[in-house]
Amino acid sequence: MRITAIGCEPLQLRRVHLENSRSLDVYRANGGYEAIRKVLDSMSPDDVINEVKKSQLRGRGGAGFPTGMKWSFVPKDSPKPKYVVCNADESEPGTFKDRYLMERDPHMLIEGILIAAYALGAKTNYIYTRGEYKYLIDIMDIALDEARAEGLLGDKILGTDFSCEIHTHTGAGAYICGEETALLSSLEGLRGHPRMKPPFPAVSGLYAAPTVVNNVETLTAVPDIIKMGGEAYQELGTEKSGGTKLWSVSGHVNRPGVYELPMGYDDMEKFIMEDCGGITNGKQLKAVIPGGSSVYIMRADQIVDQDVRMDYEGLVAAGSMVGSGGFIVMDETVDIFESTKNLTEFYKHESCGWCTPCREGTDWLVKILKRIDNGGGRPEDAKLLLDLCDNIEGKSFCPLGDAAAWPIQSAIKRFPEDFERRLIQNGKA
Amino acid sequence: MSTPLAQIKPLSQPVTMPAEVATFSPEVEAEMDRHIAKYPVKRSAILPLMFIVQRERGYLDPPAVAYLAERLDLRTTDIWEVATFYSMIYTQPVGKYHIQICKTLSCKLLGSEKITKHCSEKLGIKVGETTPDGRFSLSEVECLGSCGTAPMFQINFDYHENLTPEKVDQIIDALP
Repeated sequence: MRITAIGCEPLQLRRVHLENSRSLDVYRANGGYEAIRKVLDSMSPDDVINEVKKSQLRGRGGAGFPTGMKWSFVPKDSPKPKYVVCNADESEPGTFKDRYLMERDPHMLIEGILIAAYALGAKTNYIYTRGEYKYLIDIMDIALDEARAEGLLGDKILGTDFSCEIHTHTGAGAYICGEETALLSSLEGLRGHPRMKPPFPAVSGLYAAPTVVNNVETLTAVPDIIKMGGEAYQELGTEKSGGTKLWSVSGHVNRPGVYELPMGYDDMEKFIMEDCGGITNGKQLKAVIPGGSSVYIMRADQIVDQDVRMDYEGLVAAGSMVGSGGFIVMDETVDIFESTKNLTEFYKHESCGWCTPCREGTDWLVKILKRIDNGGGRPEDAKLLLDLCDNIEGKSFCPLGDAAAWPIQSAIKRFPEDFERRLIQNGKA
Repeated sequence: MSTPLAQIKPLSQPVTMPAEVATFSPEVEAEMDRHIAKYPVKRSAILPLMFIVQRERGYLDPPAVAYLAERLDLRTTDIWEVATFYSMIYTQPVGKYHIQICKTLSCKLLGSEKITKHCSEKLGIKVGETTPDGRFSLSEVECLGSCGTAPMFQINFDYHENLTPEKVDQIIDALP
């Protein structure tokens, strides 16, 4: 496992290789808690939101919504308490960046939450971590205690009038709780069902109060934005995709790991073949899922010699999405029917059961894929699967339904040979 | 001719709530209080408390459900409805060591099926089963966020990564 920056100075990964990187002393000795000092000394909440807007930071959890804009939706005149909730439910297959940020640099997250809480006027804040990451909750609790002991958390932070508290919270094994409204349901002690939007959490979120939910990577970008200024951060990336982005690389590459790249890194092929050490065992590249399991799968010929730019616009132009940056590489031996079946089983298992298109649709997708896998494929099955996807995509209550449909739609379209082989050979035997 | 109602088998067996309510040591009670104090609404502490109950009693048995309902001012059905939603909350006993093998794509690409087969043969149980002595349970689970160090499994809360059959033997044989 490699953790490194390519094509830029490490920003979010600046401290991860230092000894004792998770301690408050090391964090402070390396620029830590300077941003919150600057904020409390010289910036108004609106100044902070403006810097984040200028930075062109977009939500790193998957949806890519502009963070500064999300913050500006929180009503200033609401008499209710406000909340910042950090989404550390990292469950998108192929994604493991937040895990290393929290494991190696927990104070960076605390500082990011403090700045967000100051900007939004939140007094109580939560870090919602998936239940399997229990060891990270323990690491965060220790870091929070350290911060509290040093006057960086709690009453009158750094001797100012700003007071705020951060608590850890645990999930319990439900992918759906990474969806922000389901996360809030879960944090309220309910089943993790998503909620109707609008009202958006910024207006009515946790306990029906104004709430901002941000991913770990999003919040850990904030201290650097404050220190270097929004414009300087934006300039590290492109005009519309500011800053740097962490990519979790897994699958058939020689050097899997977490890579920090500037937004707009110029060539996905170079990234796979050189930076990540190329394909294991000298095999050929067949496919890449670049943004976590939910995004469109890409063929090798959409990447090789195509100069695919790695940012929000570049990946859309190339036929996929940045998503969570979970970069899954597959070699020539992989049967895309198999890989698609594997992911569809995931979505079926993780569908929360709240709405019919997703609950029933994912179940039927798996039933059909299993029948094909067991030798019962029929030539018309490709169309049947696409029809079913069409009845899920855009018709489900939350984006989980879309996320279940996209891998199948793109796999059938881009790797028809891997499906036809099953449907014709098996179906007409 | 319709079936008389009395002959229709219920989909699931109703849970009979016992009169017994679980009890915990003062230290554990204090730990629960610390969690409850984090939230303006008691109910929010339901998952943290369920994990504590599981640590103390192995799983969420009916006396524990009765306890949580009392503790959080909820009905027992509120506890059950949450417990049955989350895959990490157990309403049935599990082995002392719960081996949870990640089966999702990145792990599958790097051989998780081989790891599952090896564990299954070594322990003499299929996925979803528990050894007769109650020592091991074997499950296949969805992505655990360890894709760069695949294949992997989690034993209770501990991550074990970059697995090979030999490494699996070492890990399991070293368990106390």
